[in-house]
Amino acid sequence: MIALEPITRIRGTGVYLPGDDIDTDRIIPARFLKCVTFDGLGDHLFQDVRRTEDGSPTDHPLNNPRFRGATIMLTGSNFGCGSSREHAPQSIYRFGFRAIIAESFAEIFFGNSITLGMPCLTAARQDIHAMAAAIEERPTLELDIDIAAAEVRLAGTRFPIHIDAAARDALLGGRWDPIAELIEGKAATDVTVAGLPYLKMTTSTEGEGGER
Amino acid sequence: MLQAKSLFEKVWDAHAVRTLANGQTQLLIGTHLIHEVTSPQAFGMIRDLKLSVRMPHRTFATVDHIVPTDQRREPFDDPLADAMIKELRHNCAAFGITFFDLGNDRQGIVHMVGPEVGITQPGTTIACGDSHTSTHGAFGAIAFGIGTSQVRDVLATQTLAMNRLKVRRIKVDGQLGPGVYAKDVILHIIRTLGVKGGLGYAYEYGGEVIERMSMEERMTICNMTIEGGARCGYVNPDDTTFAYLEGRLYAPKGHAWHEAVRHWREVASDPGCHYDDVVEIRAEEIAPTVTWGINPGQAIFIGETVPTIEGSPPEERIAVAEALEHMQLTPGTPIRGTPVDVAFLGSCTNARLSDFQEAARYLRGRHVHPRVKAIAVPGSQLVRRRCEELGIAEVLRGAGFEWRDAGCSMCLAMNPDKLVGDQLCASSSNRNFKGRQGSASGRTVLMSPVMVAAAAVTGEISDAREVFGVAQEAMV
Repeated sequence: MIALEPITRIRGTGVYLPGDDIDTDRIIPARFLKCVTFDGLGDHLFQDVRRTEDGSPTDHPLNNPRFRGATIMLTGSNFGCGSSREHAPQSIYRFGFRAIIAESFAEIFFGNSITLGMPCLTAARQDIHAMAAAIEERPTLELDIDIAAAEVRLAGTRFPIHIDAAARDALLGGRWDPIAELIEGKAATDVTVAGLPYLKMTTSTEGEGGER
Repeated sequence: MLQAKSLFEKVWDAHAVRTLANGQTQLLIGTHLIHEVTSPQAFGMIRDLKLSVRMPHRTFATVDHIVPTDQRREPFDDPLADAMIKELRHNCAAFGITFFDLGNDRQGIVHMVGPEVGITQPGTTIACGDSHTSTHGAFGAIAFGIGTSQVRDVLATQTLAMNRLKVRRIKVDGQLGPGVYAKDVILHIIRTLGVKGGLGYAYEYGGEVIERMSMEERMTICNMTIEGGARCGYVNPDDTTFAYLEGRLYAPKGHAWHEAVRHWREVASDPGCHYDDVVEIRAEEIAPTVTWGINPGQAIFIGETVPTIEGSPPEERIAVAEALEHMQLTPGTPIRGTPVDVAFLGSCTNARLSDFQEAARYLRGRHVHPRVKAIAVPGSQLVRRRCEELGIAEVLRGAGFEWRDAGCSMCLAMNPDKLVGDQLCASSSNRNFKGRQGSASGRTVLMSPVMVAAAAVTGEISDAREVFGVAQEAMV
């Protein structure tokens, strides 16, 4: 099925996006959801805050050449709130990011990101600010995220990070996309299905399946 | 004596298949709802992996986000939208999935269709690639939004890998004043607990006020659960729930109906069960509520003034400044009187029969202000038909509202209904994020349908109780 690599460490330069409650409409505006594949979504990441209405670039950190090539995003709390659109983490991943460090994450966004193999780590506000300040001064500094050790190393300083235990295990164990394991549970699923009368009920007098 | 359990625990335990290696639960999803925006990639994935749809008879599709609401001729003018509806049609036909397509008289917003056809039932688990799936919790289902990879998981296995949630009971007691609606209650709850207050929780809504509510009102409450950071919210099923479901297309019939009701009564939270948190709210404290900022928690009562930066907690000042700048509001001044360009009655939050009925009650004999473009978009074709039969559509049209076909419309502007420039929209929808209604500089003020009606008539954000002469003594 799918052979997954364990994700244990992510090293790269970073960029800081200040602000709390950055929502999925901000990350990828709804008009870019008109697609039947995720291809090309990276081009529209944060479109409406990165471009003015006449198309010229704003002073958004992702437009700043100093942070070009960053693979680790740092931001505030409740990142990715709002819609369940996987287009949001897909656009971040396809832009080139491989990990996000924030004070907290919205739940659906968090799960979507882990399934893509893009770890979402939480850190204390003052630590994020300290890392952001270091990056601002020297954008070429490399962040070294060690998931097993639950820390980020940056210019000789270690910052504690946290990740939900199940997500941590999934990343380290190479199980971050659960599909293979869910398929393995087929027999057990059948047992659960058999115990739920509503799944057996004849639900409609109309024909099932297909279009009318 | 069995241990007292909450509805959440009972439903979760009944659907728990097994524990996965990382400690998550493999959770069975009884009902899978799909739509055109978040499903095409999932179907692509199952084809790539040579998988199939595990339970097509428990998978239901409709088309809602991209459909034009002024005319529905195909092909759509927008080729991307047209490709999406064709893709869904193709996928449903290929895998034998029931599709409430555009030509079907039950088409509508996915969270309207489930309840209307009786697919949404107590004690079930429901997933959909849409965060407002929490709406279905109004029936005592555990219902939540999922990403597209998870849509793939449910299509292929009918299960998901999930973390168990904690449960917070939110108890609303007392009596709501005249002109105060379910929308005000949920906006007040989000304002009180914050947009991230619900992280890690399922919300159980209870108390006298919730128990007295109709199913439509309960759906408004549960719908916006996600705006408070909680992925799912529910109301314990009761006679109101059963009365709503009885006789609907997919509801059990005859003996099976009585069996189902007996089971549904048992699935409600037991008295004395454990909650991880309890919050109590007095209904009398709630006034008509409007948002002033760029997330649903940035809300005030209609009589309050727009917050100031200095008056806000230090950790919120940057966010307050950003919101004030986007909304072009003057701190410290009343929100009432802010000019409105667009009035939108619609969305899975407030586009049900009672929403239009209540708006029409006050719009009869009145007219939309000349400055305002007003549109009314029923959440489903069933609601559209009922509004036409009952003369509600005629009242709305007579007052100057455009009366449309069903869809998500200007809630997220994936169809042609969009704000232009920095227009300010009085909206009965659920999100006031920057750019949400189709223009990067567009401004959204969330409120109840009757408050939208008042804003439409006066051309400014108004207290509907004053505009429509609703009982004065209840003023807060």
